[in-house]
Formats: sequence, structure tokens, C-alpha cells
Amino acid sequence: MNNATPTILLYGFGNPARGDDGLGPALAAAIEELGIPNIAVDANYQLTVEDAAEIAGYDAVVFADAATQGSTPFWFSRVDDTTVKRVGNSIGSIGWTSHSVSPAQVVALARDLFASKVAAYALGIRGYEFGDLDEALSSRAIDNLTEAVTFARKALVERQFEHYVQEFGPPAAGDATGGTTWKA
Amino acid sequence: MSVAKRIVIEPVTRVEGHGKVVILLDENKKVIQARLHVVEFRGFERFIQGRPFWEVPVLVQRLCGICPVSHHLAAAKAMDRIVGGENLTPTAEKIRRLMHYGQMYQSHALHFFHLASPDLLFGFDAPVAIRNVIGVAGKFPDLVVQAVLMRKYGQEIIKATAGKKIHGTGAIPGGVNKNLSIAERDVFLKDVDQHLAWAKSAVKIAKDYTVANLAKLAPFGSFDSNHLSLVRADGAMDLYHGNLRAIDAQGATIFDQVDYQRYIDFIAEEVRDWSYMKFPFIRSIGPEKGWYRVGPLARLNTATFIDTPLAEVERKEFRKVTADKPNNVTMAYHWARMIELLHSIEKIQALLNDKDLQGTDLVVKGERREVGIGLIEAPRGTLFHHYKVDKNDLVTSANLIVSTTNNNEPMNRAVAKVAQDHLQGVEITEGLLNHVEVAIRAYDPCLSCATHALGQMPMEMTVLDHQGQILDRKSRG
Repeated sequence: MNNATPTILLYGFGNPARGDDGLGPALAAAIEELGIPNIAVDANYQLTVEDAAEIAGYDAVVFADAATQGSTPFWFSRVDDTTVKRVGNSIGSIGWTSHSVSPAQVVALARDLFASKVAAYALGIRGYEFGDLDEALSSRAIDNLTEAVTFARKALVERQFEHYVQEFGPPAAGDATGGTTWKA
Repeated sequence: MSVAKRIVIEPVTRVEGHGKVVILLDENKKVIQARLHVVEFRGFERFIQGRPFWEVPVLVQRLCGICPVSHHLAAAKAMDRIVGGENLTPTAEKIRRLMHYGQMYQSHALHFFHLASPDLLFGFDAPVAIRNVIGVAGKFPDLVVQAVLMRKYGQEIIKATAGKKIHGTGAIPGGVNKNLSIAERDVFLKDVDQHLAWAKSAVKIAKDYTVANLAKLAPFGSFDSNHLSLVRADGAMDLYHGNLRAIDAQGATIFDQVDYQRYIDFIAEEVRDWSYMKFPFIRSIGPEKGWYRVGPLARLNTATFIDTPLAEVERKEFRKVTADKPNNVTMAYHWARMIELLHSIEKIQALLNDKDLQGTDLVVKGERREVGIGLIEAPRGTLFHHYKVDKNDLVTSANLIVSTTNNNEPMNRAVAKVAQDHLQGVEITEGLLNHVEVAIRAYDPCLSCATHALGQMPMEMTVLDHQGQILDRKSRG
């Protein structure tokens, strides 16, 4: 946290021990370092259900994570939580593990449980190397991170998120908020 | 072995081993085996080698984003041995216990809300479209808010005791690096009665559902098994520390009060050519019949009693269902898990009222050793950390047996049992997929060290004939 009354949350997630999967937390750390007024920053390995309570009170949340597809160096998209209620959609299904929750699920829960009006966006930073245990980002991912930090700083200061959705996203293939096309 | 057909149930995901079920059929199309693959932390032991031992309790938290505290504490317990500091000060042990019960509380709450409650509240034959977290939130919003706040409460306890929400540093070799201030304590005390009430209601939901549907649940993915856990010297459930106890399916003792520094004399791991994950078993019985279950169900079976009053009442009711014999019903994991949830919040309440938490004697050291073994009862079951450290303080070898590995054979058996009971012909139906997921959910296998990809992991099922040809394929998502 870098301000007493932040209204926007930047939330980076991913596993820093899995190479480029650490792009989300790396971006969060870089943004926190900048100390942008009224911007809260958080990071975790993965999203969990209680994140619904955390994001509920903000005007806007930007989820930052590594992307395996889509534009380079990054893309920016609106998180469409209505997709979680589509019949048969994988995002709304129960699944078989507690180790995976999507931004769309978190936003949907925030709306349903806490009457949240938070606007939600996803920043997908293109990564390349995910398979091995490695605490370092790949060189290409570092390049993309540098540009993503510059973009995120500008977006968080200007708060023209809808404008940037038009300019930078969503990714060409698939549903940006579904998760499966980002990394599957 | 006879010629077999294979049915493959495979999540569509980039990450290898993120979850995959292979069901083997014989010539008569009967299920003879199931093979469940989940993420194994291949390479993690190597990742640790060469690191200074004092870094390990922090480093191992990379293994899991859901229960990093379990790895943090198991590694710290192992490193206590390295520094000769295993006899912790009262403050250090109680701070660690508070951290651990906070971890159990949040993890069990998450499982209940995210994975169990849709099945328990709607029934696991209910349509997928409503049987999910959003469906539960729509029909039982108060319950879901409670669950979210329960999870958050546990997370805040972890933050207060470990220093951070992730990559906590609270437990160090020989002790802890901070106590709990009065101000921190009072924040948690303010809400603890509410959490006790919520935990009791969660037990009731799990119990009522299990008892009401026992005839249907009893055979579902179920089988007789051995059970293993740590227990206290007097036989009480102890999730933080104790000695190993193993019993068979009828409750007979296999071994008891085994010092876990000697676990390797009692537990071995079998390697099978189709899986990266090993198959632990009790040496004296052998790999074929020596496999065992761990986790809430096993702990309710092995413990002689629970030392907190509300959970003990619930344990007795749990045992009554099986006439005080071990419960071998896979779906009873959910009920057992909620009893542990209640036990955990009772422990948290007791600890918060203990002045030792404000003590200042935090670390002890003793005779230096080169081998350290730490065990703990993690949310999903017994967790083993075993390290060797050289004279330069660097880790030279590590062996970790995580809870999901301990449950490897039981999970395979559960899926096989479900497939035997619900597979008709060679066609993969939505019903079969649902039932397989329900059985896996009871164990909630840990995707250790996975990249925590955005979104769910949709399932794809593929049916192959005995020559590997695809007969059917269905995808969800």
C-alpha cells in the first residue's frame, strides 16, 4: 500500500519460481516501487476466493499476469465477469482443484457477495519460458516487462482504462478473461 | 497382463501433468486400473541443493500458493534439528502453532467453499451450471460471505505470525523471529467467537449431508485402506507435531509412536514407470497392500481423541457412524475436514488467550547436526521434509514427500472405483466426468509448484481402444 485512500488496485499474480510466470508479481513490485498516489499494490502466487473481498471496495482493479498468447509486449483487456455465468462455461464450473481461480470469478464474487461496482481489467504480459523451476525471467520477458511497467504507470496515473482497452486489447485469439487462451 | 483399452481424461492445459486420468479397461471393457497424474514438483529437491540451510524455510514456500505455511513450518522443523534447536521455547512453539492453525483454518475454509459446498449443497448429480462457486453464492450468499471471511481471517493470522502473506519469514531454525503483540492479538480476539460459530455451522452442513446421504456416499469412490498421521504422545490429534501412527482399515495398529526422525525405516516410496509421482507405502506390509491415506479422514481415524471440546463432540459423532471403526468412505473427507476446521479455530482461540505469545525468548540453539527431518500435518495430510546439510551450511540433498504424494495410490483407487461404478460402455458421459471430479475433489490434490495459470482447467476426456485409437472425446469448457 502506498497511500491512505487508494481507489485503484494493481494486483500481480503468478509463481516467481516458474520462470516467466513471475511476470505478474514482478510488475507489481515495480509499480509499488514507483509509489503512485492513490494506487494500492498487491501480489500473490494465484488468485483465491477472498480476493473478492479485497477488490470489492476499489473503483478499479488491474490484474497483471503472464500471458502465453496474444500481443507482444503486452495486451490490456476488460475482465468480463458475466462469462462465469454462461451455462457449461469452464470458468463457471466447479473444477477439481482449489488451486485455480480466474479474475472473472473473483470479480463475479465481488459483485454477487459484496455488491461491488469495481471495474476490472487484465494486463497480460507476454512470457515465454514457464516449464522449469527458475527464479529468473527470460530476457525477452524482461524486455516486455519494462514496456508493461511504462504502460501500467501511465494507465494508472491517467485512469483512462477503457481507452487503453481499445488500444491494446483484447488478445487476438480467444476470450481474454477466460484464462485458457492466455496460458493454455 | 491382458490387452487393455485406455480412457484418457485430460485437462487442456499447457502445464505438463496438470491433471490427467487414464482408465485402463480389459478385453471385456471392464475397468482394471486408473492412473491419475497431477503436477509433481520434479526438480525442486535439486533447486534447493547448494542453498544455505537457513534460506530453505522461505524458499520452499514456492511449492504451493495455497498452503505455503505447511512447507515453511516443515522445513523449519527440519532445520531446528540442524541447529540443535528442536526443543523450542514456549513462545516460539505457540507462535508457530498459531501460524499453522491459521493455515489449516484458511485452507479448509477454502476447500469447503470452493470445492465441497457445491457438491454438499446441491448434490453432486446437480447440473454443472449451478454446481459451482457462483451457484452457491447465488443461493447461499451469507454462507459464501462467511467462507470468504473465514479464509481471510486465517490469512491475516498467517500475515501476523509469518510477517507476510506470501514468503513469510516467521519460522527460523530454532524458533521464530517475532512474537504477537497485544494489539495484533486483540484484532483476532475480537472476531474469534464469530468464527467459532461459523465453523460449527460448516460442520453441521457437512455432517447433515453425509449422514442423510450415507447410503449413496458410502460406496462412492470408497475402499478399505490403511491410515497414517502424526499423533500426540497420548494419542490426541496434533496437527503441528507428534509421532507417527499407522492403522489398518479395521483400526488395528500397524505402528505407533514412531519418532519421525526414523520415518525411513517405516515408509518407502515405490516408483512406477507411468508417473513422475512416487507411491509411498508401509515397509512392513509392502507396496501392494502397504499404501495408506493421509489427511483429514486419516487423522480422524488415527486420533484417539481431539483435545478441544467442540471438535471432540463432533469426532465422537463421526466415529459413531462407523461404530467406532475407521471410516473408509472417501466422501467423509469433507466432514472430517470441517471437524478439523472447528478444531483449528478452537486452538486459535486458546492460543490467543495464552500470554506466552507475547514472550520474548524466541530462539534456541544446540548441537549442530547434518541431517534434519521435519514432519507436519498439512491441510491435505502428512508432509515430510528431509535434508542433509554440509559443514559449509549448504544443503546437499533433500527429499520431500508431500501430502498429495502420500495420497497417490488412494486417489488412483478412488478414480478407478468411480469408473468401475459409472462407466457404461466406452463412452465418456458428463455424469462420469462429474463423478470423477467429485472423487478427486475429496482429496483436493495440490498442484505443487505449478504455474498458477489464469482460469480454470477445463477437462477433456478421451476414450482410446486397446490399440490407442480414439473412440470418444469430450471437452468441458
